[in-house]
Amino acid sequence: MFSLELLAEAILFGILLGAFYAAVSVGLSVAFGLLDVPHVAHPAVMVLAAYATFVLGQYGLDPIVAGIVLMPLFFVFGMAIYRFYYESFEKRGSEAGVRGLAFFFGVALIIEVGLIIGFGVDQRMVQAAYIGESLRIGDMRVPMRMLVAFGVALVLTTGLAIYLSRTFTGRAIKAVAQDEPALRLMGANPVRIKQWAFGLATGVTALAGAMLIIVGPVEPQLDRVYIGRTFAVVVLAGLGSMSGTVAAGMILGISESIVLSMFGASWAPAVAFGLLLIVLGLRPQGLFGR
Amino acid sequence: MRKTSVGFWVGAGVALAVAVVAVNLITNEYYFFAAYTVLTFVVLATAWNILGGYAGYVNFGTAAFFGVGAYTSVLLIKAFGAPLLVQILAAAAVSGLLGFGAGLLTLRLRGIFFAIATVALIVIMETVVVNWRFLGGATGVQLLRPPPIPPFESYQKMLFVVMVLIVLVGIGIARYIETSWIGRGLRAIRDSEEAAECSGVPTLKLKLLATTVSGALMGAAGAPMPMYLSFVEPFSTFNLNYSIGALASAMIGGTGTWIGPVVGALLLSTLQQVVTVTISNEMNVLVVGILLVVFVVAAPDGIVGLIKRLRRSR
Repeated sequence: MFSLELLAEAILFGILLGAFYAAVSVGLSVAFGLLDVPHVAHPAVMVLAAYATFVLGQYGLDPIVAGIVLMPLFFVFGMAIYRFYYESFEKRGSEAGVRGLAFFFGVALIIEVGLIIGFGVDQRMVQAAYIGESLRIGDMRVPMRMLVAFGVALVLTTGLAIYLSRTFTGRAIKAVAQDEPALRLMGANPVRIKQWAFGLATGVTALAGAMLIIVGPVEPQLDRVYIGRTFAVVVLAGLGSMSGTVAAGMILGISESIVLSMFGASWAPAVAFGLLLIVLGLRPQGLFGR
Repeated sequence: MRKTSVGFWVGAGVALAVAVVAVNLITNEYYFFAAYTVLTFVVLATAWNILGGYAGYVNFGTAAFFGVGAYTSVLLIKAFGAPLLVQILAAAAVSGLLGFGAGLLTLRLRGIFFAIATVALIVIMETVVVNWRFLGGATGVQLLRPPPIPPFESYQKMLFVVMVLIVLVGIGIARYIETSWIGRGLRAIRDSEEAAECSGVPTLKLKLLATTVSGALMGAAGAPMPMYLSFVEPFSTFNLNYSIGALASAMIGGTGTWIGPVVGALLLSTLQQVVTVTISNEMNVLVVGILLVVFVVAAPDGIVGLIKRLRRSR
C-alpha cells in the first residue's frame, strides 16, 4: 500500500516525466502561447514526427539523431502550415476563431488517419541501446529512456528559452506576442516573424516526437491524450512562458505519477484534464502568466 | 413567418410518416443501423449548432454529452428497469445539467480555452465511467432488449421511430431559438460579447440557456443508443468521432441556420456510411477531415451559403 518509498519513487518518476511533458509542450507554448494560433493539431504533428523517427529508425538511425535530422524538415512544414492558416483566416480577419479551430481540428484528423492508412493501428517502437536498460539508485530503478528524454528535454527547453530572450529574432517573436501593431510601426513584418516562429515551434516538435517514441510505443491516435497534456502544461505555465512550461510540466508529471501509483492507471488520463479545468476555472492566466 | 412555420410542421409530420412507413417496408437490418447513425448525427449537429453556430462557442465535447446521456440510460435500466421515455428525459436532464456546468465555464473562458475545456469533459466523464463498476467499467455492459410495444415488430424499429421524433423535436427547438429573441441575443454574443452586454443583452442567461439546451439534446440523442446496440462500452461511446461528426456536419452544412447542420449531417453521415461500406473505415474519417478543411477554408458559410450565393448570382 502507501509508503514513503513509494511516494519518493512516484515523485522521482514524476520529475522525469514532467521534463518530458515540458518538452512536448514547448512547441505549443510558442505557437499558441506566443502567437495565439489555436494549434490543436500540435500533438498530431508530434505523433507524425514520432512515426517519421520510426521510419528513419528502420534504416538504423538513432532516434535522437533522427529527431534532429527531422527538425529542419518540420521547420519548413510548420512555415507552410502557418502561411496557409494566415492566408485563409488571419488575413481575412473576422470569425477566424471558430473556423481556425475547426481547421486545425481537421488537420489533426487528416494526420491521424494518414498514419492509420500508412502504418495501421498497431503500436510502433524504436530500438536503441538506452531503451529497455535501467539505472539502479538504491532500491529504485530508473529507466534509461526516461533519463535520456529528461536530458534532451532540458536542453531543448533551455535552448529555446535562451533563443527567445537573447537573440534578435527571438526578441522579435516575443515582441510580436506583446504588441503586433507597434512592431508593424517599427517597420518590421509581423507575418514573417510569426511564420518563422511557427516554423521554429514545429521544428522543436519534431524532436519532441522523437522523444515520444523513445519514452514509449506510439499509435496513430496517441495525439488525443496529448491534447490535454500539452494544453494543460501551456495554460498552467501562463501563455508563452518558457520557465513556466518546465515548472508546469513538472507539476503535471508529478501529479500524474502520484495518481498512477496511488489510484491506478485507469485514473491517470483524467489528471491532465482535471488540472486544466481547475487552472482554467481558478487562474486562467496560469501560474507565470504575462 | 407563420406561413413558413406551418410549412415546417407539415414537413415534420411528413418526415415522421415516411419513417413509420419505411420501418414497416424495409427489411434489411443494415439500412436501419446506418439510418439510425445518420439520425444520431443530425441531432448532434443540430444541438452543436445552437451553441457553436449561433453563439460562436466551439464545443469539442459532444461525445461527453452524448456518452453521459447513454450511460444515464444504462444506469436507469440496471437500477430500476426504467421505461424508454424516462430514460430519454433523464438523459436529457443529466446532460443538460452538464451543459449548464459548461455554460458556467463560459464566464471565464472563450475561444480555444472553452473548446479545450470541453475536450476535458470527455476524458473526465470517460474516466469516471471506466472506474464505475456498476456501469460495466472498461469492459462495457450487455443489455437485454425488452419486448417491443405492439404496433412495432421489433424494439429496434421502435427506437428508430423514437429517434426520428427526437430529431424533429431537436430541429424544432433549434428553429425556435434561431427565429426568436434568444437567437438574436446569441448572434449578438457571437459578433461581440462586450457590445451585446452593453446593449442590454442578458449574455450569461442566454449562454447558460444555449449550453443547457444543446447539452440536453445531445444527451437525448445518446439515450436510446445502449438499447439499440444492446451493448455499450466507454471507449466507443466517449469517442472523439462524435464531436468531430457534429462539428464537421454543422461546418459543412452551414452554421448560421437550423437547416445547415441538418443538411450537413444528412450528407456527411450518409457519405460516411457509404465510404465505410465500400472502401474502409479509415477512409471515412479521412473524408470528414478533408471535407472539413476544404469547407472551412473555401466555403465558410457551408453548403447553405453556397446555395444562397448561387441563387443570388442568377
